[in-house]
Amino acid sequence: MAIPMDLQVNGQAVHLEVEPETLLVDALRNALQLTGTHVGCDTSQCGACTVHVDGKSVKSCTMLAVQAAGTAITTIEGLGSPGALHPMQAAFRQHHALQCGFCTPGMIMSAVDLLARNPNPSEAEVRAGLEGNICRCTGYHNIVAAVLDCAKVMNSAPSREKAHG
Amino acid sequence: MVEVKSNGLIGQAVKRTEDLRFITGRGQYTDDMSRRQMVYAAMVRSPLAHARIRSVDTSAARAAPGVIAVYTGADMAADKIGGLPCGWAVKNKDGSAQAEPAHPAMQVERVRHVGDHVAVVIAETQAEARAAAELVNVDYEELPVVVDARAALAPGAPQVHAEAPNNLCFDWELGDASAVAAAFSKAAHIVKLDLRNNRLIPNAMEPRSCIGDFDSSTSENTLITASQNPHVIRLLLAAFVFGIPEHKFRVVAPDVGGGFGSKIYPYPEDVIVLWVARKIGRPVKWTATRSEAFLSDAQGRDHYSHVELALDKDANFLGLKVDTIANLGGYLSTFAPAVPTYLYGTLLAGCYRTPAIYVNVKGVFTHTAPVDAYRGAGRPEATFVVERIVEQAARQLKIDPAELRRRNFIPTDGFPYQTPVALTYDTGNYHATLASGLKLADYAGFAARKAEAAKRGKLRGIGISTYIEACGIAPSAVAGALGARAGLFEAATIRVNPTGSVTVLTGSHSHGQGHETTFAQVVADMLGIPMESVEIVHGDTGKIPFGMGTYGSRSLAVGGAAIVNATRKVIDKGRRIAAHLLEASAEDIEFTGGRYVVKGTDRAKAFGEVAFTAYVPHNFPHETEEPGLEESAFYDPKNFTYPAGCHVCELEIDPDTGVVEIVKFSASDDFGRIVNPMIVEGQVHGGLVQGIGQALLENCVYDESGQLLTGSYLDYCMPRADDVPSFQVMTECTPCTHNALGVKGCGEAGAIGSPPAVINAILDALSGLGVTDVPMPATPHVVWSAIRAAKGRQVA
Repeated sequence: MAIPMDLQVNGQAVHLEVEPETLLVDALRNALQLTGTHVGCDTSQCGACTVHVDGKSVKSCTMLAVQAAGTAITTIEGLGSPGALHPMQAAFRQHHALQCGFCTPGMIMSAVDLLARNPNPSEAEVRAGLEGNICRCTGYHNIVAAVLDCAKVMNSAPSREKAHG
Repeated sequence: MVEVKSNGLIGQAVKRTEDLRFITGRGQYTDDMSRRQMVYAAMVRSPLAHARIRSVDTSAARAAPGVIAVYTGADMAADKIGGLPCGWAVKNKDGSAQAEPAHPAMQVERVRHVGDHVAVVIAETQAEARAAAELVNVDYEELPVVVDARAALAPGAPQVHAEAPNNLCFDWELGDASAVAAAFSKAAHIVKLDLRNNRLIPNAMEPRSCIGDFDSSTSENTLITASQNPHVIRLLLAAFVFGIPEHKFRVVAPDVGGGFGSKIYPYPEDVIVLWVARKIGRPVKWTATRSEAFLSDAQGRDHYSHVELALDKDANFLGLKVDTIANLGGYLSTFAPAVPTYLYGTLLAGCYRTPAIYVNVKGVFTHTAPVDAYRGAGRPEATFVVERIVEQAARQLKIDPAELRRRNFIPTDGFPYQTPVALTYDTGNYHATLASGLKLADYAGFAARKAEAAKRGKLRGIGISTYIEACGIAPSAVAGALGARAGLFEAATIRVNPTGSVTVLTGSHSHGQGHETTFAQVVADMLGIPMESVEIVHGDTGKIPFGMGTYGSRSLAVGGAAIVNATRKVIDKGRRIAAHLLEASAEDIEFTGGRYVVKGTDRAKAFGEVAFTAYVPHNFPHETEEPGLEESAFYDPKNFTYPAGCHVCELEIDPDTGVVEIVKFSASDDFGRIVNPMIVEGQVHGGLVQGIGQALLENCVYDESGQLLTGSYLDYCMPRADDVPSFQVMTECTPCTHNALGVKGCGEAGAIGSPPAVINAILDALSGLGVTDVPMPATPHVVWSAIRAAKGRQVA
């Protein structure tokens, strides 16, 4: 039986009716058509489905949609837009930190959260911090470069952007 | 010879055009798409590796909520849907044909690997389909199982297919056995190795997904599928599976989330969704769970090899002899027979002038998922054989491994070079990549670093691999003579729009390689127009004239060459139009900087003006030219391309735990001319990590009953960011001699060159302990066990 729920997604108030077993990622992808959040595995290992729930990165395949009632969710679509990229999105493009693009939304969402928790990470800290996101294309080299550079950019920006979009 | 000179864009690290949609969540992968009235398919798969199907009871599933239909293999057979065809026919030593058992999309009588297809459930939602699939009750009679390729050849082994006695698909050979025997008879040294190339699961991050649709009013069939080559899917499914004409069959591959070979082939699910869509009159979508991907995506590698190298007293290679057993899995996947034969045996010369080579390969069926091309496809296996035995010889003969390679390289002035295993290398400079690779790695300073590490209790090792690969399988006539059942050309159309912008239709299909950027760089550079004026269209048989897709690092060397040829035709026709407008002869007009200029004058027409004239032909050479400005080219290469390079791995081992840490990895590659160095470096990084993954982490393991023990990311160790280092990469350049761009291809090199570099480095680190071999993946347990066993031997 569908359960009614209210939440915020990318700054918009949303009302959903979801089955109790529906995962957050499926609600985002199917009910809200926010298909930028991807499903890459079924064991909560790959991180392609990472979104922000109340400002913290969460693998949206590990959370029931109903558990998100009353929260504010940011997906990759809400982080920035083609005309107004979040610094992390810009850094990924600048450093060729993506190839097929499938892991990219989750990787970016995790990376943004990583810098929110640790604005000046070392390379080792970036690598450890992204351990929950699998990329098969890039070999991580350019992802790490992008995150390190983004940290620099965000720290030196005159009015430092909020880490969470 | 580089015919197409750079006007500024070719050679630049241009940022990727496609990135904007991917970084903002606007990519469109197959599972992101839906169609009106769409329903969902869930597969019923065999939980057993080998069994007879006694009966399939679908009644409970049919009665489940949301279920529209349940179909079995018998239903499919009744509709006379053909099996999946094999695209390559290898001949046995005696000239007879390979064993080629049928591969139905759903099984009727017998299942042959865990995950094999038995039935399909169609429901209104994905959740309902998956739930109801659990209710299909299949009565199986368990049969004996064989998963190991060597065991499958043993007398009395369980048989996978009646059509393949002793589980032998083919017994293939290449090279001159008597010349090799003669070489060995006069050898001063013979070096031997038994090698295992571990089985891998490709694991593109986007699980496979497909949507079948059928419009009964027009008889049009549509298949949207996560594929590396939509035209090949259409060709094979139209001709061999469905028997429907191609003009009523559109295959669309939208954004594809990685492939690495695994998305080359038509899969049973592609057949099933389209077949069901035709039956029920509604679009049908299937998307793999990752667990299904582990069970049913074509897997890679899985060789056992015995290798012997003969050398004279001065350590010159005299002969190489290789015996390989290759696991093909339970069915022949599309290019499965080609991978351990023509993409493997032909590469066994490596970068060396070994005068005599002989290889025998037995392709073997087992009760495991099908094995086919995975990043490198045969060439990583060949490189592992060659680069391991060379380093083994260096250790045995106490010669520096770099020096032994130098002594045996094909000399830089020795090209074109005919190998004893069929290929003719057009160009290369192996001394250059070795020298720069060693410099990048500071090879000379290694001894000091090793001594410093020893003070910290760490065993430090360095390993080299000087690989070669062959990209862009070609020409079609040769491939056909060797057993290919398809052509290996590529097609392109350049459509100049009336206001001078350009639409490029290409049969290559990016699944991460950045074609929308690289191809646009080439066309914009040649036409002298901004990149923003060039749009790349790919992945749709309804839009693109034809194509053979993207695999084997062929896109730029073959697809790019077709684009160049079509662009040249456009430039030539534009010249004739411009000649009319400028009242000059076409021979007197040169095209430069996007303008047609009468030589020696300032009289010129811009490319855009000529394009406009072509579509508004008021003042136009109608007597000799047709209106419009659109040209196509089909390009069939004259030869493979031969990228090569030097990978150097430096690592430290903790002798107490067996943990290996790569401290430095350097790669110097010769990809010929480079159009976008940023993209090329990215390809190398990704390939390196897949190769390092094979060497240290990844392993596909079936137990004796055929159950996949590594069926999730909890059990199959994918490289993660903290498993690998950053890399030092650089390139040398000997341009390819037979395509206009001078390009060779770069997609697979990282995965080809790196595994032997890693293992050679481990063996170097452990050489003082008497360890002579470490299998892949060299996990901490494997390395620790090797150290312990060696210590035990020393004590004994």
